[in-house]
Parts: sequence; structure tokens; C-alpha cells
Amino acid sequence: MDDDAVFRALADASRRLLLDRLHERNGQTLGELCQGLDMSRQAVTKHLGILEEANLVSWQRRGREKLHYINPVPINDIAERWIGKFEERRLAALSGLKEALEAKTDRKGRKQS
Amino acid sequence: MASNYVYVTYIRSTPAEVWSALMKPEFMRQYWFGVHFETDWKPGSPWKMLYPNGTMTDHGQVLECVPQKRIVLSWHNDWNPEFAAEGEARCVIEIAPDRGAVRLSIQHSMERNGAKLIEAVSGGWPRILSNLKSLLETGSVVLTPEAAGKPAAAKTN
Repeated sequence: MDDDAVFRALADASRRLLLDRLHERNGQTLGELCQGLDMSRQAVTKHLGILEEANLVSWQRRGREKLHYINPVPINDIAERWIGKFEERRLAALSGLKEALEAKTDRKGRKQS
Repeated sequence: MASNYVYVTYIRSTPAEVWSALMKPEFMRQYWFGVHFETDWKPGSPWKMLYPNGTMTDHGQVLECVPQKRIVLSWHNDWNPEFAAEGEARCVIEIAPDRGAVRLSIQHSMERNGAKLIEAVSGGWPRILSNLKSLLETGSVVLTPEAAGKPAAAKTN
């Protein structure tokens, strides 16, 4: 799935709000998602369509109802693709420090023996 | 309301390749952080998920298995007593061709409300699916079991 579609879908406060609501309670109908929102049913339908297109929301039928589920997989892909890189540097620095410190201990160890 | 999560990823691959990635233990170990399934995949047969040292992480029964399409498993957790006490979960894995790619979906659910097992796997499945997608599309995983402690390993693997 295309990263651009995911970033575009996330670049909207209303859509992020819908994802937050699904995160709070997964598997909601359109009607349930609309409750207490300052958005028309049509607007919610449109936003859900964009979220589905980006694979951030999936749905399943239960009888006549269509239940919406948050799908965290594309967010994880992005996290690993973009954030993981920076994290890796920090971790590399830490593991470098650990190696340096352990090498010191080793030298000490050898001196002692 | 039951506890239910649905995870979906689109992989630039074929249903046959995605299926084989699920069936082959040596391939599975690469994207599933070292664990693998042990089963003959026949409906009614037991399945186990094992760490490399042979410790069982989870087990259950194969309820349905339609090659390249659908697997349904009953799921008992073994590594966490609190999750194990929650009883049986159900896992449905579905593979379908979709717009030149493959849509792989995993539904993990439990009858009870607020199941801790379902919450816990909600952190794991996205990482496994990202890894599988990356492995099939690029030939290498994004996260290895050592990735957290040894970032260099993630690069070279």
C-alpha cells in the first residue's frame, strides 16, 4: 500500500479523530461512529472512505451491519520505515557505548588475571 | 461486545507465495521473530507455536484450512498465565488477490469483553505483518528478534 495515501489520510484532524474513536472501541457501525461528533453522516462516510483507501480502516459485515476496524499495520510500516531509522541511530550509539564499556572491563579483567 | 481486531496488509506477491510463507517453518522464523508453527494443517489437527528452543508459546486446533485462501485456528496462549486463563481465542487468516497484489487479513477475536490477550497481540500482529510484507517484497525483514538490542543485525540480515 502506498505511503502517500497513508500520510494524506492522516493529514486531517477529523480522520485522526475517527481513528482514535476506533482505537477506543474497535468494530463500530457508521451510526455509532457518528454519535457525539460534530460532523455530518456524509462527511464521516467520506472520511471513512479515504481511511479505507489508505488501508487504515477495514470493515466486516455482521448481518446487515458494517463494522469498522482500525488497522494499525500501515502505521507500523511507516513507523519502521521512518522512525525506526532514527531510533536505530540512538540504539547504535547505545550499543557502541556498551561495547566500549565492556571492552574496558575486559581489559581490566585481563590485567587482573 | 467481544474483543476483536482485524489486521490487513497488501503484499506485492501471489497467493501461492504468501501461502508458502505461512506454511514453511524456516521462512516463518524469519518474519515471526524466531517462532514457527508445528502442525500438519489438517482440519481437526492440533497446532503449536514454538520458540527456537522448543518452548511452546501458543497452541490450538486447526478448524479450517483451504490452501491459498483461508485458515481458521482456535488459539490458547501458553506464555502468559493471565492470557491463558482467558480461554480460547479464534484466529482467521484470509488471503485474496486484490488489484494486482495480495490482501492478507488476520482477525483475532475472543468472546469476552476487553480480553487482555487480544490487546497484547494488537502490538504483535502489525510487526509480524510488516515483516512478512517486507520479506516477500524486498527479500529481507525490517525487524529481527535482535533488532531491539543490536540494531546492526537488522541491517545485515
